[in-house]
Amino acid sequence: MTLVLEQLLNGLQFGVMLFLLAAGLTLIFGIMGVINLAHGSLYMVGAYGAAFVAAQTGSVVLAILGGLAAAAIAGMAMELVVLRRLYARDHLDQVLATFALILIFNQGVTILFGRQPLFVSVPPALNGSVQLLPGLAYPVYRLAIIAVGLLVALGLYLLINRTRIGMLVRAGATHREMVRALGVDIRLLYTAVFGLGALLAGLAGLMAGPILAVQVGMGEQILITTFVVVVIGGVGSIRGAFFGALIVGLVDTSLRAFLPGLLRHAMTGSEADALAAGLSSMGIYLLMAVVLLVRPKGLFPAHV
Amino acid sequence: MKLRGLLFGIAASLAAGASALAQQAPVKIGMITTLSGPGGYLGQDIRDAFKLAIEMEGGKLGGVPVELTVEDDGLKPGQGKQIAEKMLKTDGVKILTGIVFSNVAGATVPDIVDSGALYVSPNAAPSNFAGKECNENYFVVSWQNDSLHESAGQYATNLGYKKAFILAPNYQAGKDALTGFKRMFKGEIAGEVYTRLDQTDFAPEMAQIRAANPDVVFQFHPGGVGIAFLRQYQQAGLLGKIPMVLAAPSLDSTTLNAVGDAAVGLHVTSHWNTDFDNPANKAFVEAWTKAYNRVPTYYASQGYDTALAIASALKATGGKVDVPALRKAMRKADFASVRGAFKFGPNQHPVQDWFALEAQKGADGKPVLKTVGKVLSNHSDVYAKDCKL
Amino acid sequence: MSDNTIERAAPAPLAIGTLLATLLLAAALIALPFAMQALGQPALVPLASRVLIYAVAAASLNLALGFGGMVSFGHAAFFGVGGYVVGILYQSYTGDEPFLGLIPGTDQLLITLPAAILVAGLLALVIGALSLRTSGVQFIMITLAFAQMLFFLFVSLKVYGGDDGMTIRRRNALFGLNTRDDATFYFICLAVAAVVFLLFWRIVRSRFGLVLAGIRQNERRMAAIGIAPYRYKLAAFVISGMGAGLAGALMANYMRFVSPDMLHWTKSGELMIMVILGGVGTLLGPLLGAAALVTLETVLTSWTEHWQLVLGPVLLLVVLFTQGGLNGLLARLRPGRSAR
Repeated sequence: MTLVLEQLLNGLQFGVMLFLLAAGLTLIFGIMGVINLAHGSLYMVGAYGAAFVAAQTGSVVLAILGGLAAAAIAGMAMELVVLRRLYARDHLDQVLATFALILIFNQGVTILFGRQPLFVSVPPALNGSVQLLPGLAYPVYRLAIIAVGLLVALGLYLLINRTRIGMLVRAGATHREMVRALGVDIRLLYTAVFGLGALLAGLAGLMAGPILAVQVGMGEQILITTFVVVVIGGVGSIRGAFFGALIVGLVDTSLRAFLPGLLRHAMTGSEADALAAGLSSMGIYLLMAVVLLVRPKGLFPAHV
Repeated sequence: MKLRGLLFGIAASLAAGASALAQQAPVKIGMITTLSGPGGYLGQDIRDAFKLAIEMEGGKLGGVPVELTVEDDGLKPGQGKQIAEKMLKTDGVKILTGIVFSNVAGATVPDIVDSGALYVSPNAAPSNFAGKECNENYFVVSWQNDSLHESAGQYATNLGYKKAFILAPNYQAGKDALTGFKRMFKGEIAGEVYTRLDQTDFAPEMAQIRAANPDVVFQFHPGGVGIAFLRQYQQAGLLGKIPMVLAAPSLDSTTLNAVGDAAVGLHVTSHWNTDFDNPANKAFVEAWTKAYNRVPTYYASQGYDTALAIASALKATGGKVDVPALRKAMRKADFASVRGAFKFGPNQHPVQDWFALEAQKGADGKPVLKTVGKVLSNHSDVYAKDCKL
Repeated sequence: MSDNTIERAAPAPLAIGTLLATLLLAAALIALPFAMQALGQPALVPLASRVLIYAVAAASLNLALGFGGMVSFGHAAFFGVGGYVVGILYQSYTGDEPFLGLIPGTDQLLITLPAAILVAGLLALVIGALSLRTSGVQFIMITLAFAQMLFFLFVSLKVYGGDDGMTIRRRNALFGLNTRDDATFYFICLAVAAVVFLLFWRIVRSRFGLVLAGIRQNERRMAAIGIAPYRYKLAAFVISGMGAGLAGALMANYMRFVSPDMLHWTKSGELMIMVILGGVGTLLGPLLGAAALVTLETVLTSWTEHWQLVLGPVLLLVVLFTQGGLNGLLARLRPGRSAR
């Protein structure tokens, strides 16, 4: 029983991580209509930024600020220099341009930081495990990630539903032409939204640093899963991104954790394990295909 | 950085002046390796070590001037094949080396050996080229893939563990790893988990390990993924509770550095370590540290040994690029390996000793790998008997 | 969407200039192996074969993406499956064990290529039939999903080498030719590419092609005049998948190796990049795109280890400053001609 609970927590933690990435991606797509393949690069920039500052100063607070700033600056620069020129273009041109950006970011980071993966330690205050229930010890750091992720989700909810910027964002996601026609400074809004998306991606990256290895190409590994989340949740919808992320996180983790055990009842150990690994990798894609076939606009579409 | 290859030989031969050997054109050596992406540091260490061996001889290998051309395969089999094609056909290269990953080797090596050139592997050695499909032009200086994990299995048995939990990624090398471990481990397998190829978060696996409560954990996750695994093992509170036995790729000196204190106490098996007490190794480690100011990984040691093996063959032929003669000389393995004892088996893969290492706190507080004993002597591989050379 | 878009898409009569240019291109392609031999660059012949194979794959994708408006992010599935057909048939042939106990193996190119086309076509029929119920970004993602599922399937199939892939020791046989010879194999690729491009040229100019263009521009209008868009789109998607499967089968022969790499989403991305780079919805664009990307990668990797830092900006410049990719750039360099 505690095992199931622990796996659910793991799924939740993976889910909020995905949410931070998916929120930015879905906003950028929903409002600007841009498919940003380089979103994963911002995640990487956040992780490297924080790792670098942490190594230089040893300060957790500075590292967090450094990572966030690096990602936000990289994101806004990307918008100002490249993507701004492509809003009116075909999605396909955006795909090619952001693919080119991935190459530039990856090689730039290789030149600056070398090929060896970096590692950031967990902040001392969050090190170790805490006893949640008898027999269920859980790493404090992962609990902290869950907390931060849920707080950000709440913050975004308030920002979008209670503020003027949020109103513009909501309007932009559903009636882009109208907002422009009403004379809103759409350029500033776009840059701001892009910066916010980049900031969230950077936050995810810097939080992932102490768990995963900080290395070139880390963004591409998670990018596709993030797209899956966005599409399952409904493109352009923050609410969709939140629930989509949690669903994907939980489904993926449970499949990985429990499928081998289930299959082992039906066949011999090693065959079951190999098959389970294959099936569980396919799981989220299968989920996405089914969701799209039943509800082509995703579970929580922004455009009703 | 560099333009069109690395021309060590030419400069050196100009400096050397009148000697007969120096006047002949440098022998071309082609290196196809992975420099970009997450696996890039493996290729970098192999390349740097190979270059180091050439520099230490003043632009020569075995007294023969050489010219090394390095190209990045980007971990794409097609790219590796294309580079080999160009080196073989346009540049007339007859000695090739460098490939890090099995999938690139799978696409590239058959072309090289079929065209009559020599391939000397500094790393990848998949089982399909070790048995029936072995080739007289194909040498492996590193190890056969399975040996890495067989030594770990043997060591776990030696340490008296009865119940093991084993994990590896769901691809061929991962499956070979678990097969290799099980071949030598005499105890019971408490759980066998295939992780995903692109997986970096192991929280679900940690929970499974804790639930299974084994005597020992064996896992194979090379490179950056291995760092993530070990850190999460520590964060989950398993480190220090359940011991871990690893093969060299899961904890090289780069990952050790990144993992930090969490690594202390881990058991590693390897064919080489920085602290090996032989003159060749001392010279290598000293020169490496001076040139690059970082701890050499075992990939570096393999790159260096590969250069020495090629040097021994070139020396025997007097710099003549005659493949049958080079081959014959190579087979003798007449060089001082940094691992100590080294010879080639009937399938031209190494027959060597495997050692137990332990991660300990070093003098400067950083963890280091210390050699603590021998696990296997003159170990070959199970595929050698299928090879008819 | 103004009304004259339909007219613009309608084919102009074949101009003398275009005919001449095409003949010139054909002559250059035929002369290429001899020229390379004479120049002492024999390794460029296999490079050219690779370009032609990718050109076939990209042109096939372009039929769905450019002419049919279906942005598939899963064409690696067809490309890879085409390759695996060759690999599996070869393994059954050498092992003398029929595939699934039914289908005997073979190493005859005249059988393996059609088999690859057939299997890829059937697969495209299934994937297309399901995926075409969505559109837009959802279509992009659902095609990706199917391709990824196949990728993981082949990774876990140990009989076919799993992640390490399968080595095909000998290229498929064609009559008594020595297919191992670079020039011979190049001409096989050239012949296949010529047939494919000719076929696509015919398709685009046919009634079917015009309806497809109409659907791309305004699906509702086409439905209103009594045309069922779904069937036309599905047919185009299947043809496109068949072409990609054919290219995959050639690639497996070229590399003498098949691995799940051919099915990975980055391969779908690469094909898409070739199409966009060359010029979406143009006949020769995919050829230009494939040639540019493959040669750039090859030249740059031999030039610097930081080749991605050069390739990135080059691609960026192409997107920002050319309309319609390389094909558009070329067209504008010739004054007085439109991009199409």
